Amino acid sequence: MYFTVAAISIFLLGGLSSLIFGRRHGLCAFFGIGGAVAGAATAAVPAIIVLAGGSVDPISWPWSMPMGSFRLAMDGMSALFMLPVAILSGLAAIYGGAYLRHYRDKMQLGNSWFFFNLLAASMVTLVVARNGLLFLVAWEVMSLASFFLVMMENERADVRQAGWTYLVATHIGTAFLLVMFFLLGRAGNSMDFDAFAAGPMGNVIFLLAIIGFGTKAGFIPLHTWLPEAHPAAPSHVSAVMSGVMIKMGIYGLLRTLTFLPMPAEWWGWVLIGIGVTSGVLGVLLALAQHDLKRLLAYHSVENIGIIALGIGLGIVGLARGNAPLAVLGFAGGLLHVVNHAVFKALLFLGAGAVAHAAGTREIDRLGGLLKKMPQTAATFLIGSAAISALPPLNGFVSEFLIYLGSFQSAASSPADAAIPALIAIAGLALIGGLAAACFAKAFGVVFLGEPRSDCAAQAHEAPAAMRAAMIILAGCCVILGLLSPLAVPLMGPAVASASGLPLNVANQHLADAVSPLLWITFGAATFLALLAGLALLRKRLLAGRPVGQAGTWNCGYAAPTARMQYTASSFAQPLTDIFRIFLRTHKTGRDPQGLFPRNADLQTHTPDVFHDGLFRPAFLGVGWLMARLRWLQHGRLQLYVLYIVLTLLVLLVWKLG
Amino acid sequence: MNELIDALMVLAVLLNLRLLGSSRLASCIRTVAIEGIALGLLPLLLAWNQGLSGRLVFLAVASIVTRGVVFPWVLLRAQRNANVQREVQPFINYPLSILTGVLTLVLSLWLCSRLPLPQAPQMLLIPVAMSTILVGLLVIVSRRLAISQVLGYIVMENGIYVLGLTLVQDIPALVELGVLLDAFVAVFVMSIVTHQISREFDHIDADQMDSLKG
Repeated sequence: MYFTVAAISIFLLGGLSSLIFGRRHGLCAFFGIGGAVAGAATAAVPAIIVLAGGSVDPISWPWSMPMGSFRLAMDGMSALFMLPVAILSGLAAIYGGAYLRHYRDKMQLGNSWFFFNLLAASMVTLVVARNGLLFLVAWEVMSLASFFLVMMENERADVRQAGWTYLVATHIGTAFLLVMFFLLGRAGNSMDFDAFAAGPMGNVIFLLAIIGFGTKAGFIPLHTWLPEAHPAAPSHVSAVMSGVMIKMGIYGLLRTLTFLPMPAEWWGWVLIGIGVTSGVLGVLLALAQHDLKRLLAYHSVENIGIIALGIGLGIVGLARGNAPLAVLGFAGGLLHVVNHAVFKALLFLGAGAVAHAAGTREIDRLGGLLKKMPQTAATFLIGSAAISALPPLNGFVSEFLIYLGSFQSAASSPADAAIPALIAIAGLALIGGLAAACFAKAFGVVFLGEPRSDCAAQAHEAPAAMRAAMIILAGCCVILGLLSPLAVPLMGPAVASASGLPLNVANQHLADAVSPLLWITFGAATFLALLAGLALLRKRLLAGRPVGQAGTWNCGYAAPTARMQYTASSFAQPLTDIFRIFLRTHKTGRDPQGLFPRNADLQTHTPDVFHDGLFRPAFLGVGWLMARLRWLQHGRLQLYVLYIVLTLLVLLVWKLG
Repeated sequence: MNELIDALMVLAVLLNLRLLGSSRLASCIRTVAIEGIALGLLPLLLAWNQGLSGRLVFLAVASIVTRGVVFPWVLLRAQRNANVQREVQPFINYPLSILTGVLTLVLSLWLCSRLPLPQAPQMLLIPVAMSTILVGLLVIVSRRLAISQVLGYIVMENGIYVLGLTLVQDIPALVELGVLLDAFVAVFVMSIVTHQISREFDHIDADQMDSLKG
């Protein structure tokens, strides 16, 4: 574990040095990026050792906090979460160095690098902490560091609004976690994880964990901060927040399950329900968005739903003693954590590159970027295919494990017991199809066709550092997908520590999943070979012939304009119409009339149903109630003192009388 | 010595009542100064039977000088600068203030009869200390002028001093000096702030500061 402690120290040192040298651009960026990259590399070492089947010694140092002790340990689950944290922190820092360059005359970047490194350090601490107080401290540091990162451009009102929404949401979540940890610690009278015992309060603790950790993870309806905060943050921060920070909620939930006795079956049902709801509604809301990063943020909600679905199936499997379902459910959920971290970070970085180049994130003002920024477009395409769960990329593998578990369970159990598996299959299929539609829209409108505005026309390819980070992540997507028969058996220790099943049971059922994966890899390899052959053939056939260039999608018009293209709204319109009872899209505009219509237009706006329908009224209500108390808050010093005196006197008299 | 201590306590009660009943600021400041000197003698009297130590004498002198000389000097200067003579309209009028002051003494006596104390020290010490704290708070709550509030703070601090002295016989010198320094800095800062307030707003009426609230 000394590697982990060293990594935390390197992150903090790098961040602090960056803060100190904030006025000198070169040194500031050097320490910020260098600290993050070196820390990430150090943090990855013990994770790789554990995933490869080794073990690292835990450490336990006294800590002067009451009930606290500085206990760190790493099991399979910690290692599985640690690896994406390390990889993404390092790559996002490299990307951020180039991305933040044009901000450096406007603001002090030392703050940004300090909080970025603090965020990385807190996440590394979080996944290895084995003491409740240490966990909560790391949790709060993580929330606050990310809050300050979201608020980087705080001169903009929408960024401030997003930051406050995030701060309120994360603290409501933490409030539930505080109660949960104290309930857990009360029984054993210690905040060390080893001593935690649920006692009779298991169900309460599970529900507290769902709300507390679910707020961070973004379960619907607790997700409302995500589509606000992710677009507001700088892109490399969005990548880290969406890629790994929200997964800390999943980690916390899984860690809490290990403190509890044998899970009840309804816990699994709750998670399956949350998973399907978050998945379907998340992707539908994503489909209706016009802001590229907001769209990606809703996809994070969708993917968290898929993860919850996997874990829910795993719990149902545990509760019913169905080991294959338990192993494949947990393995699918955990692997999707890693996969989503990789492709979602890739997509956010790609969106950042687009915003960096074109100066806007409005999908309807972009277009034709494939020609201007080919490498960004290629990596974004790989990320899009991965998030749509298309084989042979990594997103497919984790969803395939969940499908496999569900099908096995549905085929082998009586009809009533097969229901969760069938719900999961139907939900996953719907989510996958809608996600593919959504990314057909996002990639098609942003990168294909002709530029829709001057800013898109003047776009340029991203700097080398930004492309490097994206290319590495795209490579990870392909490798994790193609080498899945090798990667899936490595999940054994993580699945065993998350589910509580013995390691050999986990390994055995994971090994069963390898043979279909081998077939898929074989098929994918054949497909790629065929594709390469066709490309070669095309090149051969075209050699020495003139190749004409014409406007894209001009459909034979003599003078096409960019406004003839599908827009993001029009592309998604058939689907948003089908699901309008969930989406409640506001449409304004005039329909075209007559044979030669003039002046037709259409604007759509899709509000977040939960934000506008649930939280806004609730918070307005709380605000109204608090305003009723304004008479207490009159500003008269003397009366404030009087309140205190009277309170103390009444307490004294009550205690003594 | 016990008679002398009791006499001092009675004096403190009377001074408290005088503070509550008087509207002239200069006279209030002097009352508080006399009370400070009287209470500064207390550690010497408490330790008379065991014999005096140099440390004790030093503490008593420091306390008397701060409470009896420095505080009144700073406050009188602040009062002259702000150019106010008297507290015109307190929230609680003077007769009622005196009555409440007596009530606090009754309440303190009753409370102390129920208070589980480690040993029974001098009869009057703890009730008077508590009533002094309460009178200080009463002055803070019932007066409008910023200087009066500073006086209330000092009186409260006097009460805390006596209470601490009685309950913990042997306060380390460092802690005691620290407390004294805190009180000194607080009074100093408050008098400066009072001065600034009177310069900025032409009055030191703390009641009108609620227009600053958000």
